[in-house]
Parts: sequence; C-alpha cells; structure tokens
Amino acid sequence: MEISKDYAVQMRGITKIFGNFKALDNVDLDVKKGETHAILGENGAGKSTLMNILYGLYEADAGEIYLNGERMEIKNPSCAIHSGIGMVHQHFMLIDKFTVMQNIILGNETTDKFGIINTRKAKKRVLEIMSRYGMKVDLKRRIRSISVGMQQKVEILKALYRGAEILILDEPTAVLTPYEVDELLEIIENLKKDGKTVIIITHKLKEIKKSSKECTIIRKGNFVDCVNVEKESEQSLAEKMVGRKVKLSVEKRPASPGDIVFEIKNLNVTCERGLESVKNLSMTLRRGEIYGLAGIEGNGQKELLEAIIGVRHVDSGKILMNGKEIQNKSTRYILDSKISVIHEDRHKDGCVLSMSVADNAILSKYRERKFCINGFLNYEERDKFTDQLIKNYDVRPIGCKNTKIRNLSGGNQQKLIIGREIANNPDLLIAVQPTRGLDVGAIEYVHKILINLRDQGKAVLLISLELDEILDLSDRIAVIYDGSIVGEFNQEKANENNVGLLMAGGKFNDAQNS
Amino acid sequence: MTRKIAKLLKTPFFCTAMAIFFGSMVACGILLLTGYSASESLAVMFNAVFSRPKFILNVILKSTPVILTGLSVAFAFKSGLFNIGAEGQYIVSTIASTITGILFDFHPIIQIPLVILSGMLAGGVLGGLVGILKSKFGIHEVLTSIMFNWIALYLCNFVVNIERFHKQDSDGTYSINPSGFTLLLNDWKFSEEGRNFLKDNPILSDIILKTDFNLNFLIAVLIAFIVWVIIYKTKKGYEFRVSGLNPDAAQKAGINVQKNTIYTLFISGLLSGVAGAFSITGTSIHNIQTLSMFENYGFNGLSVALIAGSSPLGCIISGLVFSALIYAGQSLQFKIGAPSEIVNIMIGIIVFFVALVRIVPTLVNRFLEREESLDVK
Amino acid sequence: MLNNILIAISITLMYSAPLALAAMGGVISERSGIINIGIEGMMSIGALAGAAVGYFSGNAWLGLICAGIAGGLMALLHAIASITFKADQTVSGIAINLIGPGVAIFLSRYFFDGAALSLPVPVKLPKVLDQKYLQGTSFENFSIDVTVLIAAVVVIITWFLLYKTKWGLRIRAMGEHPAAVDTLGVSVYKSRYFCVILSGILAGLGGGTITLAIISQFTPTAISGQGFIALAAVIFGKWRPFGAYVACLLFGFSQALVVMLGGGTLSVPSSILAMIPYILTILVLILFVGHSSAPKASGVPYEKGAR
Repeated sequence: MEISKDYAVQMRGITKIFGNFKALDNVDLDVKKGETHAILGENGAGKSTLMNILYGLYEADAGEIYLNGERMEIKNPSCAIHSGIGMVHQHFMLIDKFTVMQNIILGNETTDKFGIINTRKAKKRVLEIMSRYGMKVDLKRRIRSISVGMQQKVEILKALYRGAEILILDEPTAVLTPYEVDELLEIIENLKKDGKTVIIITHKLKEIKKSSKECTIIRKGNFVDCVNVEKESEQSLAEKMVGRKVKLSVEKRPASPGDIVFEIKNLNVTCERGLESVKNLSMTLRRGEIYGLAGIEGNGQKELLEAIIGVRHVDSGKILMNGKEIQNKSTRYILDSKISVIHEDRHKDGCVLSMSVADNAILSKYRERKFCINGFLNYEERDKFTDQLIKNYDVRPIGCKNTKIRNLSGGNQQKLIIGREIANNPDLLIAVQPTRGLDVGAIEYVHKILINLRDQGKAVLLISLELDEILDLSDRIAVIYDGSIVGEFNQEKANENNVGLLMAGGKFNDAQNS
Repeated sequence: MTRKIAKLLKTPFFCTAMAIFFGSMVACGILLLTGYSASESLAVMFNAVFSRPKFILNVILKSTPVILTGLSVAFAFKSGLFNIGAEGQYIVSTIASTITGILFDFHPIIQIPLVILSGMLAGGVLGGLVGILKSKFGIHEVLTSIMFNWIALYLCNFVVNIERFHKQDSDGTYSINPSGFTLLLNDWKFSEEGRNFLKDNPILSDIILKTDFNLNFLIAVLIAFIVWVIIYKTKKGYEFRVSGLNPDAAQKAGINVQKNTIYTLFISGLLSGVAGAFSITGTSIHNIQTLSMFENYGFNGLSVALIAGSSPLGCIISGLVFSALIYAGQSLQFKIGAPSEIVNIMIGIIVFFVALVRIVPTLVNRFLEREESLDVK
Repeated sequence: MLNNILIAISITLMYSAPLALAAMGGVISERSGIINIGIEGMMSIGALAGAAVGYFSGNAWLGLICAGIAGGLMALLHAIASITFKADQTVSGIAINLIGPGVAIFLSRYFFDGAALSLPVPVKLPKVLDQKYLQGTSFENFSIDVTVLIAAVVVIITWFLLYKTKWGLRIRAMGEHPAAVDTLGVSVYKSRYFCVILSGILAGLGGGTITLAIISQFTPTAISGQGFIALAAVIFGKWRPFGAYVACLLFGFSQALVVMLGGGTLSVPSSILAMIPYILTILVLILFVGHSSAPKASGVPYEKGAR
C-alpha cells in the first residue's frame, strides 16, 4: 500500500529486538483515518510492542512511521501525545491515591502563576469531552474507589484531554462485563463519528467482529495479513492468528459430581479499608466438578480467596474442607487440608522470580518429609522431583532446573506452577485466572489439565474475570456481585447474556428469562 | 573466548574485586590531589599490615567483631530485612556481658559461656523486639532500629555510671573478672616460664605477648559456616530466603512471614551479640566505657555485609579486608600525616562501587544476548 | 516557670531546625521514589563546607549557601548510582554515609592543619529575636535563630510544592507509579534527579545550620546521627512535610529536656533523660501510627520500557 494522507497511521518494516528475542520482524500496519482497526494476535505475538513503538515507549530497531502521510520520528510519549496519539494500556496507568481529576491532568496541568494547579479550566474541558462522547465519571472520586470500567473511562478521558486524534486501546475488554463492553463500543462509535481513529489490540475474535472493519494479524512478531473483517469468519481469523487449525470450544464430557468436598456457609469478610467485601456468601463444591465463579474485578473475589487460604480474617461464617472447619486457621494448616491454589499473579504470589526453577518447584511442598529431613533440605529429592515436573508438564527449556525461573517464558512458568500444585494431590484446586497472559497452545494445555483433574474426581474452583473461559470450562457457574453470590447456573443454562446481566448487578429472575 | 571472560566478569567475586580496585584508585587520586604521594601511601599501608607478624595478627583479631556484625546484617538481608540496629545490639551485648562478667565469678568453664550467652541474648532480645514491633505493629525496622541504637548508647552510659560498676577516676566500668577472659595463654605468657620461652622466640613473642591473642576469630569463622548452612541447607533458611525475596509468595505458600521476621531479627541480634560479647571477653581492657558517639562496630558490619554481597562466607574475607584497611589507615596518619579518614572515604567508595557493579552481570548478559542475536542474523 | 518554658521553646526550635531541613529533603526524595538513607553523609559534608567557607570568608551566609551546594553534590553521586545505574538505593545511601563524614573530616584536616576540628567562624548566623530586642520584657530569655525561620519556611514551601503545584503532583505520582508518569510524557529520570539533588541541598543546609548557628565550628561529632533522626522523622511523619516537621519538633523538644534537666537539680541521670525521645518515639508509633505506608515505587529503580 502506498503512503497516503487517507491513512492516520502507517508503519513500515518495524523490527524490534529484545536481547536475543526478535519481538517484531518487518511488520507493516495501515490504519485508515476515522476507522476502527483491530490488531489481532496471541499473547506474546508482539501486538503491544508494536503499539508501544507507535506511542514512543520503545524505539524500533528498524522501520518507519507515517502519520497522515507524513514521516514522523516518535522518540518518546511526549512526541506521540503532540502528534495526537493517545494510548490506553492494558494495565492502567493510573495513580490509585489520586482523584480522577488529578489523574486526567497529570503531566498536562492547567496552572496559575508559580505552577499552582488550577483545575477550573481543566474541569470545563473534561466535562465537555464527557458529554460529547457520552461518558460519565465522578471527577472527585479516588481511583482506588471506582470500578475497573470507570477506570478505563478515565484512561480514555486522559487521552482525549490531551487532544488525541488516534486512540490505541490495548486489550480494552479483558476486564469488562458484557454490558460495559457494549458501553465501550458505543463510546468508540461516538469517537469515530467525531473523526477519530481507534486502534484496538485484542486476541478476542468476537469483539473484532463487533467493532472493527479491518484487522491486521500478527503472529510471533511477523505480519500475517490485513483483512476485511466482514469477509472472515471467527474460525478463519483464529487460524490466521495461531497458524494452525484450532478448536474454539473446549472438549469435555459431562460432569459426574460426587460427594461434597468444600463448603462455604454465610461467609463475611472485611477488606483492609474496613468495608464488607464478602457478604453472607455460601457455596458448595462436589468432587468431579468445575465450579466457575464469574464476576467483575473488585466484587470480593480477592478477599474471598484470601479468606479461604487464611491470609485474611473471617468475620463470621464457616469454611468446610472435607467436613473440617478451616476458617481462620493458618495458611499452612489450610494448605495441608488438601487445598492447592494457582494464583492469578504468578510473579507476585506463585513463584520467587530470583530463585531457581528447582527451588520454586518445592515452594509448596518443602515441608514434606520427602524434601526435608530433620530440618535440612533434601536437595537430591528436590532435583529428582523437579526433573519429573519438567518432563511431565513439558516445561521448556529442558534442563532448566538450575536457571532462575525469571528466565522462563510465562507459559512455562505457569506449567511448572500448575504441575507443582497438582503434585500436592489436592482435593480442591483453586485456579484464579489460570491462563492469564498465555498463548493459545498453553491455554489449551492448561484447560486440558483442569478437566483431567475434574475427571479424576477432584473439585476445581475456577475464579476468572474472563467470562468465555468460565462458560467454556465450568460445570456450574456462579456469579459474584458486591460480595455475594447472586445467581448460579448449570453449564447448559448459562450464557453470555444471563451471566453478564448478573455480573453487572442485574436481578437473578431477569437473568433467568434472558 | 569472550564467553569465558564474560562468565568470569559475572562472578560476584570479580565484581567485588573490581569495586575494591576502583575504590583504591579513587582514594589514591584524592591523596595525589591533596599533595601526598600515592605510592608512598600504598607502601605505608602495605607495611602497616604485613611487615610484622603482630600486625597481621592484630588485623585478624580486629576483624572478629566486624565479621560477626557483618554476618548479622547479611543474615537479615537474606531475609529481606535491613538490620541497621546491629550497632545497638552490639552495645547492649557489651553491657550485658560486662554486668555478668563483673557480678559473677565462676570457673572459666561456666563463666565464659555465661558471659558470652548473656551478651548474645541481650543482642538477640533487642533484635527480636524490633521484629515484634515490625510484625505486630507494622513499624518499619529501620525506624525502630535507629531509635534502639540511641537507647542502647545511653543505656551504656547509664550503666557505666552505676556505682556498683563504675571504676573510680575513669570513664569506664571495672573490668570483668578474669575468669571470663577468652584470651589464650594469658596467664602463661606473663609467667616466668612463658617469658623465658618467648624471649627466645621473637616471632611468637610478637604475636602472643603484644596482642590480645585469642581464638575468637576462629569461632567467628565457624559461625560464618553455621550461618551459611542455616541459610542454604535448612528448611528454615529456605523459608527465610523465600520470605526475603518474595514475601507475598511466601505467605501464600504457608510460610508464616511475620513469625519468621521475629526469628530472623532475633538470630541477627544474637550474631551482633556475639560480636559484643567477644569484644568484652577477648580484648583488653574488658569493660564498657562512656560513649560520646557510636563506635561503629555495627555500622561497619553494614559495610562488611555489603562488600561481601550478603554472602556469609564472603563476610570473612570482606571483614578481613575492612579491618586491614582501618588498621592501615591509622599508620598512614602516623607515618606520613595523611588523614586516616582517607580509609573511610575509600571504604565508602568501595561500597558505592559495589552498588554500581551489582549491575555488571546484567550488562554482561545483555552483551552476550546481543552477540547471540547477531549470530542469529 | 515562664522562663523555663521560654528557654525550652527556644532550644526546641533551635535543635529541630536542621532536622526539619534534612527531613524535608528526605520527604521530597522519597516521594519521588528514591530512598535517601544517605542524609547523614550529606549533612556532614554540608556542616564542613558551611564551617570552612564561613571561617575563610567571614560570611556565615556564604557558608550556608556552600553547605547546600556541597550537600547537593553529594546527592548527585547518589542520584547517578540510583537513577542512572539503577543501583540498590540503600547500598548507595550507606556508601554516601561513609564517604560524607570521611570527606568532611579529611577536608577539615586539609584546611585546618591536620585538625579534625575547624576554627570557629567569626560571625554565626544571626538570631531574629533575642535579648537585644526583648530586654526588659518578661521574654528576655527567648530567642529565635534565623535558621528556625528558614526551616519553617522550607517546610511550608515543601508542602506547597508537593500538594499545590504541578511539579508536586508529578513528584508524588512518580513515587507511586513512575511508568504512568512516563507515558504522559514527563521524564521520570530528570525529575528524580532534581528531587534527589534538592534533597541533598536541603540536607547540606541542615548540616550547615548546625555548624553555623548552633555550634560555631565543625567537629567530627557535629553530625552524629541527625541524618538518621531526620530519616526517622520522615517515616514517623508518614512522608508528609508537616508530619515530619512535628516529629522533628518532638526530637528537638527532647533535646531541650536533656539540656535543661541534665544540669539541674533533678536526680534523673542525664543518660536516662537522653533516652526519652527515642523511647517516646517508639511508644507513639505503637500507640498512634501503626502501619506506615511508603510511596509504592520507593526504592524500586525505574527502567524505561522494562518488559
């Protein structure tokens, strides 16, 4: 394609190398002015890297960028902002302690003399932008007290406040409810009407269909294709993204639930700010089933998990594991009651990045007789066990036992962690966002492991913000909203509409009818 | 070839050696700028340490307390805690050892362990207190440690002035009873027989007669090994390391991080306590004196631990280097009139470079990666 | 009685002034995300520079300015290590604490013929209120150093800078989430350099006020722990200017207690008195403060474009 004024963004031959890893290799991108353009690719394909280059956060090792037909050097975010580019990152760049207003003006403050901040002028502008694009955000609230959906709007406001004509959204729907997704699509529609260009980075096929006209597909740092979305099916998009035939749905036999293994009765928990986070919550898990807990971030999932594993105080109610009360017991006691956890943030909670793979392999089992004799660690057993995990769970590179786990890819780290937890032979496995940040191959693998575990008669509690994952994997689906379970469905009864409605705070009766 | 060199560059030992080299260079530069001969200074410093057996032994003896406080700091570092309170723990240990050493007078077999244990315990309790304040009340360990350092200092002055302990017309207490001394051959070397023997052996006489000849250094080395074993070979050590590197993951793995904080600081305090106790039992004049300022045994432990990169065995070497530098600095002033503080500056610069060269392995890795990616191309 | 109270207030303010200056430096640096444990070293060098320049030029004000510059230079070292080289900020700070006093005494010996003590400065920094003005009133024993005013003004300016201006907003944001600030086109590196150097200047001024207003010469023990007390004040005050200032006043007041009761008729040994502020601090922390929350990104080197 030629360089032309009709295109808001054109990138040519972009190459980026991190160490010995080629993140991008000669990638082209053409985004028409006033359109929504999707960039599709797996986790780690290089989508975000490409956009970070456009936004001036990384410098490309080779390649050119053209904006509106003109060659541009975008050396830093400042340049990008001046050229009318705004970006909403996947992990929001917001300061928790600040108010919405402070976050919006940060770096672009309206001031009186001596740099004294005067928000009056800024406020007028922000209000005007909000009304133009149909957004409503309380400017005085602090970021930590507003929902994720709101935070995203703040991020969009930030970009528009700086006069963005081209808006990049990195995985914008990952954390939203179906209702919020619709809201976002409406905002995008309004932006387009106003002549703005929107680039959406995503690995979700449905949304591309809904939002975009054109789509650029990237695989392992290489440009694959730029397609007209209307002419493609979800299946064909998926194949282009992964590079082989993929099954879009998860294959599994119907569940055959057995005895009750885990039970929560009328649980109440408060968070560190003194608010009730889990309210009168009850649930029952049986052997041989996957119980999915759907809900938007911040509805008490975090506190619920912390209460279960004993790092947060339970105010009232009971948690029973195999009939034994475990509430307010030590974490060690709870884990020893045959509960294992795959944490959402593996870098923070799941492993010790600067320790070796072998040391990480025994993290949840170093106390076992096998690994510890009279208070001394048994390194031989540790190594044997690690080798086994590496082999059984296909952790690569082979022989990585003594390298630091930091140097493994996310997928391999996760495989090791899952293998480790399953080796505990738990009766209940709690998996929180177990596929976050993994590529399709790894995701399929993890799903298979969870289903296998179920088929062996274990209970799995799957907590995820990704509704699709919950709907695909779970035998029963419960929705948590504002600290309570507001509805429960069997898999065949659940769908995006009724679960989504509950996630957004709708009534169970309405949801059953929808 | 490059790979081999790169690998060498990455070893902590080499990084530290480089830091010491740079530190010396800068120190020489300062001496030159201020009009002293660098080569002469180096010669003086070298002679100050190596020219007589007595000097070498003194360096070794003087390294004992800083090796121990270094271990104390390093041990806490390994668990992610910053024990800036080693100074105070050292001081309370000297106080406790002195008190028990004066009050009791048992047979050495009981007296020596009693004196040392009381000192250790005092240090341990102070460290443990910091741990309790951190894990139960969430108060930053650096803050409480700084406070306790001062409290310990004034406590020392208070004890010195208690009538029961105060030695008249001095600014110190009585010496502890000789039954608590850990000097070697102390009775013998001043006996008739000893004197006669040593007269004929100038080298032995130099080391035995003219120093506080004792075995505390060897015990410190032994303790360094024990600390190493605890950190790297035991279950608790594994817990400590996990808690230090990632407290969140530790907690989620069922490790009681708060309890371990208390244990760690208690043990750390014990180690500083040994340093304090040894100073009382092993060096004349075996007492505590009014402090107008910190004597820096604990703070020096910080430097020792940092130069050693928190490695317990590394503390032995860095403690020796540290002690040699201090010892040499004194003679620098004495011999050529160059301010002995040049040594403090030098140690500071070494620590500074230690902070900088910590990134050398990362740089080397980056370099290697680049080479590889070029190969790929 | 009134007399004693007035003297106590005078001494409290006098001793808290250098602490407050240094503590404000600490607040600014840590709020921007760089731990500054090297305040002590920066104060030492400031103390020497102040005394030496004050002595040779005969002008205490010039001395004070140079004290600030010297502290700033020392801080530059810390900034280079912790920002450009992403070194461990604690280690670098400790190094500064070793280098600072070392260089100070070394230079003292160099300038003053091998003496670790400098010669006294001919004129100390003036007092804004003392007997001259209050003669004959019942406030005769009341006095306020000009440094007390400077400290108070600096505290107010620091608060103003941090909470009212755009630079303050950015500094506070940087300490919480540097990447966010970077994506908005504000250079984290440059701003952090500015904060660390400013923090050194303030610490240097703090050191200078000790040698130019409280004692009139440099001695090896002129700076003995004030830097650490200032550091404690920062944490005690929860990284807020006024909170830290209150902590400094508390430490200053306890100094006053020692001075006043120590030589008096009371039978309490001076060493026990001297302990009181530190015990008090710990008690206050246990009873009232509890979990202190440092700026989130404090101590974490910021790597641009880190993956």
